Amino acid sequence: MEKKSLWKTITGSREASLVIVLIILCVFIASRNSAFLTPGSIEGLFKNYAVNFVLTCGMMLVLIIGGIDISIGSTLAFSGMTASLVLRDFPETSVPVAFLISIAVGTVCGLLIGAVVAYAKVPPIICTLGAMSVYRGLAYLIAKNEWVSASEFSKAYKAFAQSRYLGFGIINNLVVIVIILIVVFYIVMKWTPIGRKVYAVGSNAEAALVSGIKVTKVKLACYTILGALAGLSGAMFTSLYASSQGNMGEGIEMDVIAACVVGGVSLNGGRGSVIGVFLGTLIISIIGKGLPMIGVSQFWQKAIKGLIILLAVIINVLVQRQMDKAALKRREI
Amino acid sequence: MAGKSGRTIIAEEKFSLKKLLVRWETFLVIIFILVNIMNSNISDKYLSVPGLFNATNSFLSIAFLTLPMCFVLLIGEIDISVGAQVALSAVLLGISFNAGVPMWLAVIIALAVGVLCGFLNGIIAIKFTELNPMIITLGTQILFRGIAEMILKDQSTGGFTSVKWFSNLYWGKIGGVVPVMFVIFVICAVIFGVVMHKSTFGRRMYAVGSNKLAAKYSGINVPGMRLTIYTLTGLFCGVCAVFASSQMGSARPNVGAGYELDAIGMCVLGGVLTDGGKGNFIGAMISVFLLGLLKYGLGLVNVSSNIMLVVKGALLIFAVMIPHLNLGRFFKKKAVKTA
Amino acid sequence: MKKKLLSVMLCITLTASMLVGCSGKPSSNGTTDTTPTKPAETNTDNGSGDAGSADPYATDGTYAIIVKSAGNPYNKKESDGYKQVIEAQGGTCVIQEPESATAEDQITCINNVVSQGVDAIAIAANDTDALEPALKQAMDQGIHVMSLDSAVNANSREVFVNQAGTREIAQTLMDAILDISGGEGNWAILSAASTATNQNAWIDGMKEVMQDSKYSKLNLIGVYYGDDQYQASVDQTAAILTDDPNVKVICAPTTVGIMAAAKVLQDEGLTGKVKLTGLGLPSEMADYIGADDAHSCPYMYLWNPIQLGNLAAYVSIGLVNGVITGAAGETFTVPDTTLGDNGSYTIKEAADGGTEIILGAPFAFTPENIAEWSAVY
Repeated sequence: MEKKSLWKTITGSREASLVIVLIILCVFIASRNSAFLTPGSIEGLFKNYAVNFVLTCGMMLVLIIGGIDISIGSTLAFSGMTASLVLRDFPETSVPVAFLISIAVGTVCGLLIGAVVAYAKVPPIICTLGAMSVYRGLAYLIAKNEWVSASEFSKAYKAFAQSRYLGFGIINNLVVIVIILIVVFYIVMKWTPIGRKVYAVGSNAEAALVSGIKVTKVKLACYTILGALAGLSGAMFTSLYASSQGNMGEGIEMDVIAACVVGGVSLNGGRGSVIGVFLGTLIISIIGKGLPMIGVSQFWQKAIKGLIILLAVIINVLVQRQMDKAALKRREI
Repeated sequence: MAGKSGRTIIAEEKFSLKKLLVRWETFLVIIFILVNIMNSNISDKYLSVPGLFNATNSFLSIAFLTLPMCFVLLIGEIDISVGAQVALSAVLLGISFNAGVPMWLAVIIALAVGVLCGFLNGIIAIKFTELNPMIITLGTQILFRGIAEMILKDQSTGGFTSVKWFSNLYWGKIGGVVPVMFVIFVICAVIFGVVMHKSTFGRRMYAVGSNKLAAKYSGINVPGMRLTIYTLTGLFCGVCAVFASSQMGSARPNVGAGYELDAIGMCVLGGVLTDGGKGNFIGAMISVFLLGLLKYGLGLVNVSSNIMLVVKGALLIFAVMIPHLNLGRFFKKKAVKTA
Repeated sequence: MKKKLLSVMLCITLTASMLVGCSGKPSSNGTTDTTPTKPAETNTDNGSGDAGSADPYATDGTYAIIVKSAGNPYNKKESDGYKQVIEAQGGTCVIQEPESATAEDQITCINNVVSQGVDAIAIAANDTDALEPALKQAMDQGIHVMSLDSAVNANSREVFVNQAGTREIAQTLMDAILDISGGEGNWAILSAASTATNQNAWIDGMKEVMQDSKYSKLNLIGVYYGDDQYQASVDQTAAILTDDPNVKVICAPTTVGIMAAAKVLQDEGLTGKVKLTGLGLPSEMADYIGADDAHSCPYMYLWNPIQLGNLAAYVSIGLVNGVITGAAGETFTVPDTTLGDNGSYTIKEAADGGTEIILGAPFAFTPENIAEWSAVY
């Protein structure tokens, strides 16, 4: 009974419930370890999980149109590895060029998936399941089972993830990329026809088609954008860790999807917001970074993470039900 | 009125689908034959009965997961927690065996753990119908494997080889040729096939997969069916765990990593698509052997596993893409005709 | 129309398959009859092969090496070393790389090479016990089984080629920690996956060595597991640093972990305050090794994976040719004098009840030699 009244107090939006979860998590971790909420630690959090933030933005698009992409980890590895190999063999390659190479490879990967899904009508989970092994295999093959190590990267490339020149000396470069992306996505999804088209396709593809939206093109675009972002992540990842391995990013897709879902994106399509996704990623990242910091045994972390994800999505459903009920009541009055 | 037209559509669709599926299976059979021709050409060691039976053994333990997975996909859902369920069942089998529980009881415990895990998935799925099953099983996937890690930490639990009959579940061969597991698999597969295609339950699954709402209004107990299928999946995760433990003589929390994608891949290649309401059990079974033998054949000539990854993925995409292209055209024609 | 076409195609493929099947089968029978050639095996079965007239390590058999997983340069160097020797001695080498570092995938690989009728299998195990049934079956078929790099249990191998004694590695690492820390202070271990056999053995060994009063002023704050994944290892390193800001030394006995820790220390500007040692690949660690405060790692250790592969190859051939049986106390000399003590080795009892051959002492990579070695592996 008490629970219900608590839900009632959260009348605003689903994002509000996420903020509450976030605050509880932060307060709990900070009370156990005072080092958690220091500027350095927070910057470290955003820096290390920058890749996840970038990927969730793209994943959100794909989920909103009712698709899914589980190949992003492999795309990340393939594109990141390509850029790394170019850097290794042509050390004079500049940082932007390396990033562009990675993004280009990712874009092509995404475009292929988009084409197969949108035009050949292959269910996205199957297409990306296949693409997941294809791109992973390619990442190993082009690298010939080798790694690209720190000493083989150019100094500028390694320094990129550690410097703040894009952020006017205050904010880390990777974090700047994340901020720009989130702002752009927020504006596009909220205030432009493009954003509305994406939502329309996800809510009801047939209705969207009838109303003149080119559904296949929107789908193609969404997968391509996710591919491009996975490519960007590949470059960010290799720059951040100054190392490129064929198995990098393995399993990141599940973290990214979980972050989206926790952030209120519906896997059935049509629903999801940039703010929610941002908060969801933050929660998942804080679990990843925070649990080791408060001395939770390594062996318990996975179970706790699973439990938090389950609870978060269930709370999400409960809040949604409450909201629907409230809306219904208002209508009745 | 809506109900009437709905029914006629389903009936018509079923008829045309059947035609389609016949084609889809012929297609699979062709690939299957081609793969076998290729394999026997690239390696002269391929066509040997004991070799092939050994090869089937190495992919059949995962294939047990494809049986219930067909049902899950058929009703338009997905379960990506199966690998983790296998891990948890196997770990508890090992723990209880090493705590002095007789092996037969440990096996029952493993099956029970699987059932419990599946039941939990099912309960969440029917209590929170808003949640996509992918999300639920994503969460429970992490949770189940996490519990397995909590229990066993960095240890493994072994010594199963001391129980001869248990070891023989995987390694034993009837008459020195036919593996025990193969026989059990065939029996299970026949039962699943009959249920899927010849029983009321099977027909209802197709109905639920095609249109949940319509199925509900036509009196099918949809939540009950979902719960049953998820629990059944759990049970077969337990079965897979038993065979995997027998195979390895030990258990670890990382058993079964990635099994879910393998199992789903096999079903999908077999034509049991993730959209629900479509698919034929035989197709899934052909694709189990198709993928397994392809991998075995390439392994025999020591093709790098990297290339194998690419081949496997590409095969999955192309195999699903080709009939889908036809499907689109087929339905368009159909629509024009009816209009 | 389409259906007709399809049925025609089906008929064609069916007949084709029958034809191929008919023509393929006899030839396959023919070759399988001739392949089980193990004459070399019986030739030199009289034990100590040193005195023999021909090279006791000459072979024309087929040898398989199964590494831990694809996509890892360490594994690649290992299999390269193995292949190099096998082919130089006249044999055929088969390399199998499992898709992922799991026991299940390795069992599939074992099955593949058994079907190919190899003479010996060398395996770097992903799991100590899980391969036992599969390897035992291989041994029942007369295939010689040995492990390298990471052992399978004593029941399922004839001998284990150990890169360095477990005890020795533990002792070396503890001494390094003692030296780097200056004799006292807090330190932490950053390991691979919590299930990693080797790492766990070394960590247990280190805990044992620590009992000595010499190390009494060293305080181990905990073992952290980075799962041999970069991102997780970075998180775990950060956790070490926040758990205990006074930590003096991090010891990472894993190639991925040590890289991640080195990277974190450098990024955080802690290279002067927190020092790092452990086991790492010189090519990956070249950037981080140095004596000054700008580098976090004064020195670290590893063995040569190429030599490990070389020795494993000689041991495999030795087992097949009957030069050795894998029993404790046997001695043998390999033609390559750069290995061991002029090429001579003694088989010893291993801690797990089996036998092992130890490649040599772990090799220290210092600021002086790192440039030279980073070019090699």
